[in-house]
Amino acid sequence: MGKLLTIAIGSAFINNVVLSQFLGICPFLGVSKKVKTAAGMGTAVVFVITLASAVTSLIYKFMLVPLNITYLQTIVFILVIAALVQFVEMFLKKKIKSLYNALGVYLPLITTNCAVLGVALKNVQNSYNFVESVVNGFAVSVGFLVAIVIMAGLREKIEYNNVPKAFRGTPIVLITAGLMAIAFFGFSGLK
Amino acid sequence: MGKITERLYNGVIKENPTLVLMLGMCPTLAVTTSAVNGVGMGLTTTVVLVMSNLLISMLRKVIPDSVRIPAFIVIIASFVTIVQLLLQAYIPSLYSALGIYIPLIVVNCIILGRAEAYASKNPVIPSIFDGLGMGLGFTLGLTLIGIIREVLGAGSIFGFRFLPESMDTLTIFILAPGAFFVLAILTALMNKFKMKGAAAASALTSCDSSMCSGCVNTGCAGRIKTMTEGDK
Repeated sequence: MGKLLTIAIGSAFINNVVLSQFLGICPFLGVSKKVKTAAGMGTAVVFVITLASAVTSLIYKFMLVPLNITYLQTIVFILVIAALVQFVEMFLKKKIKSLYNALGVYLPLITTNCAVLGVALKNVQNSYNFVESVVNGFAVSVGFLVAIVIMAGLREKIEYNNVPKAFRGTPIVLITAGLMAIAFFGFSGLK
Repeated sequence: MGKITERLYNGVIKENPTLVLMLGMCPTLAVTTSAVNGVGMGLTTTVVLVMSNLLISMLRKVIPDSVRIPAFIVIIASFVTIVQLLLQAYIPSLYSALGIYIPLIVVNCIILGRAEAYASKNPVIPSIFDGLGMGLGFTLGLTLIGIIREVLGAGSIFGFRFLPESMDTLTIFILAPGAFFVLAILTALMNKFKMKGAAAASALTSCDSSMCSGCVNTGCAGRIKTMTEGDK
């Protein structure tokens, strides 16, 4: 239990996926204009990464390792993730309409989110077992959700500020992200 | 010949993936802690980009339109795996420095973007040079950021320390926040130049609209299209 907690806090805050690992920067910068859309994207990411960690962990343990083809992990994982995202989308569309309406638009964007593949590879690299992988996936994606929602909240405020012309758009968002990264250094005291 | 130089110019200067299109942000920010890592990552990506452009261009008439994105991803992932194994065998220092970001080249928007936007529609030779131009542009961007971060953060260039040991350096630039700050300043400078140029041409394109549009337009819009076709 103690180990799971260490993994969870480490992945969600200390090594925040966006602010210290630089995974999932694209959606972090691209979909963080409004808190509402950011929260939608974040929730979809939590959903997909947790599921993908579980599936890739099982595939690695029961297919790649027994067949001795672990060097194919990159190819297998990216295909599994792409298929999984499509499958989740079709499933939600058919069965859980309300969830699909909330997350549907964000799902296709997630395949190109490197955080999903990154988490799957990290799970293997750190030789996490099934439960640890799922916990790690969930924690990483919660870290993403926290970061993107904070960023969106800040961007909504930045809208009203008088930003120098050259810094409008991407540069000011990057500066904000840098300051957030410094703030997140505070969490390393939790170690 | 004109086509080849045009492709190279387009990749390195006009549509520089790092500084103009802002694609492939994850490796750009993550591995540029030193100039050597920037060059290494850039060249690795260039190799994958050239090879995948070559193969995709050769297969462009064979791959059915409806499954092209998965096909591209498999091709790219195969080359990434090959490059990863080669690096592990022959340049282990770079392999361990880049770590998880080597397999993550698969999801680099630039590669899928070029496959979709150029290699799948054009003959082999221009596609190779399109990949080469884009790859070199990416390498240039990464090296630039790497040099700035290494000079400010460690007081050295390409591992050669030029500041006396007694002098403190701004360590924050080789830590995570420094990556954001350096890229922010660089894009702000690009905006400034663009505004100067645009004042004459009166066509100001804000960087924000192009943000990640490459990713979305090529990777995902293609995916969405494939899906809607599948639904019919």
